[in-house]
Amino acid sequence: MRTLASFWRDIAIAIVALAVLVYVGIAAETPWTRDFLTSLFAYGLLAMSLNLLIGTTGLVSFGHAAFFALGGYAFGLLLQSSGFLATFGPGAVPVAFVLAVAITAVWALVVGLICARLSEIYFAFLTLAFQMFLYSVVLSWVGLTGGDQGLMGGIPRPVFLGIDLSDPIHRFVFCAAVFVVSILVLRVVTASPFGYTLRLIRDNPRRAAFLGINVLRAKVISFVLAGSVASVGGIILALFTSGAYPEWMYWSQSGQAIFMIMLGGINQFFGPLLGAVLLRFLNDMVLAYTEYTELATGVAILLVVLGLRRGILDFVVDLVRNRRERTQQSEASASLKRGPDVSPDNKAATLETVTPRA
Amino acid sequence: MVNVEALATCLSSSACIVNQLSSGLIIGMLLFLVASGVTLIFGVLHVINFAHGTFYMIGAYTAYTIYTVTGSYFLAAAGGALGAAIIGVLFERFIISRVYGENILMQLLVCYAFILIVDDLVKIIWGAQYLAMGVPDVFRMPPLRIAGGFVPPFYVFLVAVAVVILFGSVLLIAKTRFGKIVRAAAHNQTMVSVLGIRVPLYFALLFGFGCALAGVAGALAAPVRSLTPGMGVGILIESFIVTVIGGMGSITGAFLAALLLGLVRSIGSIGFPLFVDGAMFAIMAIILIVRPQGLLGQGEVR
Repeated sequence: MRTLASFWRDIAIAIVALAVLVYVGIAAETPWTRDFLTSLFAYGLLAMSLNLLIGTTGLVSFGHAAFFALGGYAFGLLLQSSGFLATFGPGAVPVAFVLAVAITAVWALVVGLICARLSEIYFAFLTLAFQMFLYSVVLSWVGLTGGDQGLMGGIPRPVFLGIDLSDPIHRFVFCAAVFVVSILVLRVVTASPFGYTLRLIRDNPRRAAFLGINVLRAKVISFVLAGSVASVGGIILALFTSGAYPEWMYWSQSGQAIFMIMLGGINQFFGPLLGAVLLRFLNDMVLAYTEYTELATGVAILLVVLGLRRGILDFVVDLVRNRRERTQQSEASASLKRGPDVSPDNKAATLETVTPRA
Repeated sequence: MVNVEALATCLSSSACIVNQLSSGLIIGMLLFLVASGVTLIFGVLHVINFAHGTFYMIGAYTAYTIYTVTGSYFLAAAGGALGAAIIGVLFERFIISRVYGENILMQLLVCYAFILIVDDLVKIIWGAQYLAMGVPDVFRMPPLRIAGGFVPPFYVFLVAVAVVILFGSVLLIAKTRFGKIVRAAAHNQTMVSVLGIRVPLYFALLFGFGCALAGVAGALAAPVRSLTPGMGVGILIESFIVTVIGGMGSITGAFLAALLLGLVRSIGSIGFPLFVDGAMFAIMAIILIVRPQGLLGQGEVR
């Protein structure tokens, strides 16, 4: 209860955010806003959950889109099976939702147990390899997955609790609620003591082990959590497109997710979300002028990585921090000019201004 | 899923065995050439070149163009290697060298960006459709008959080139002055530069050499495979699997692993055509669990 109590502020923010999203979605005159926001929910969850691995735990996964796509495929396949629909009747959608997340979590557990013991480069490799393995299974198992055509024929969405997901407004509100709750889960995890454990593991795994933390277990938990949240993103996308497509688990999808979090900033909680927004806009904008979107994205990545060397939100935070330090410094040097002020508070500042800076 | 019958039929005929072995051998050799570049660059520069498959593609397209213009396949192969090497040195100087020592995230991203850019450039220059070079005129002669199976002469040439390159690169790294300097610099960069050796130059050359290997592979693959933008990614992932199985940094290990994967692919295409990729990944996962450093690797991976 105590832990939860410290999150009241976050919960309140989440409620307000949800209200704003729902208002914007319903008030929107064209479906474009709703569509854009819904795809943003999906890709935002992909990026935000990946950052739990990369930014918080220090696990550079190159295969995160696998879980995203697996969630979408599992959800779609369950609902497309007539036996499943008959068994669960009106409860089919929520049951499929939970089962799809559970299936992804189990797969993430298997992959995590194999990969989390390895060093950085091997970890990146192996997560990529598992993703491409899943990709090749989806492509070759045409009978089940539709191969390179994707899951066709639409996903049946029986009405549950008065929610009709084939109605655009209902669907939007449902996706927004799922999105906000998932973000809240990520927030609680990163800000909880467990989140601090993960950061300790990122910065100094050996020390974490000395303190009695089971590093492997913490990494695997983080991996499974991130995979599950990513699968929720995939489910949203499957609902939105009423299908599931193999491109979702192609390696470039993972690369894109990594770029999203890098672009937004990995040290701020909402950095990845900003990155997702920016990349979606960038794609739409470039597509309006040229079909060579990859070329433009590539150039943008090089500019951000080699130019800024960090995400935009990280850059802004650093900028503000530097400016604040500089003002403090100039105040200190001003007081130095005014005359000798030997109060102990100012000593440090004075010393700092006198020493030549590199 | 496994077609036991087809597999048994094939294994009982020597002609089929010869055919599958020879096609497995050339797949393996192409994989080896790309993977040895990855493993060389990693061994010395401690950077994973996630964009290595792109140089394979550059080699293939360059060779295609030179062949259609001049009609000489040997010139085309040399040109493919040279083109990949030149772009590789530029890539190293202007992009990769800026992320040495940075975290792997940065290295991953610049390589990803490079792949995207080059793939689109290839689409702009050569178009998005599949291109086929066809077997060069020099090798248009009747296939060799070995135990009832047919082996195209080009396959023999391809395997010979790969074996020569295997010995060449091992000698280059182990015996020559260039190899010694590069190995020393990998160990202690500062010390080597204090001796008056321009370490960045050697690093760039080594990177270019690794890319040239991929370029040769692309040029050799051009007559037997179709060319398409994005062809680099497929071979990249397979060559990663090769480096992981063989052991990161070991060229001989890469050779063995590439042979293994080539055979799995060619025999698998008869026995379990839908699960060929799956089988490769399964082998890699088993190796990583049982022997994480790879068959011949010594480095610490945990």
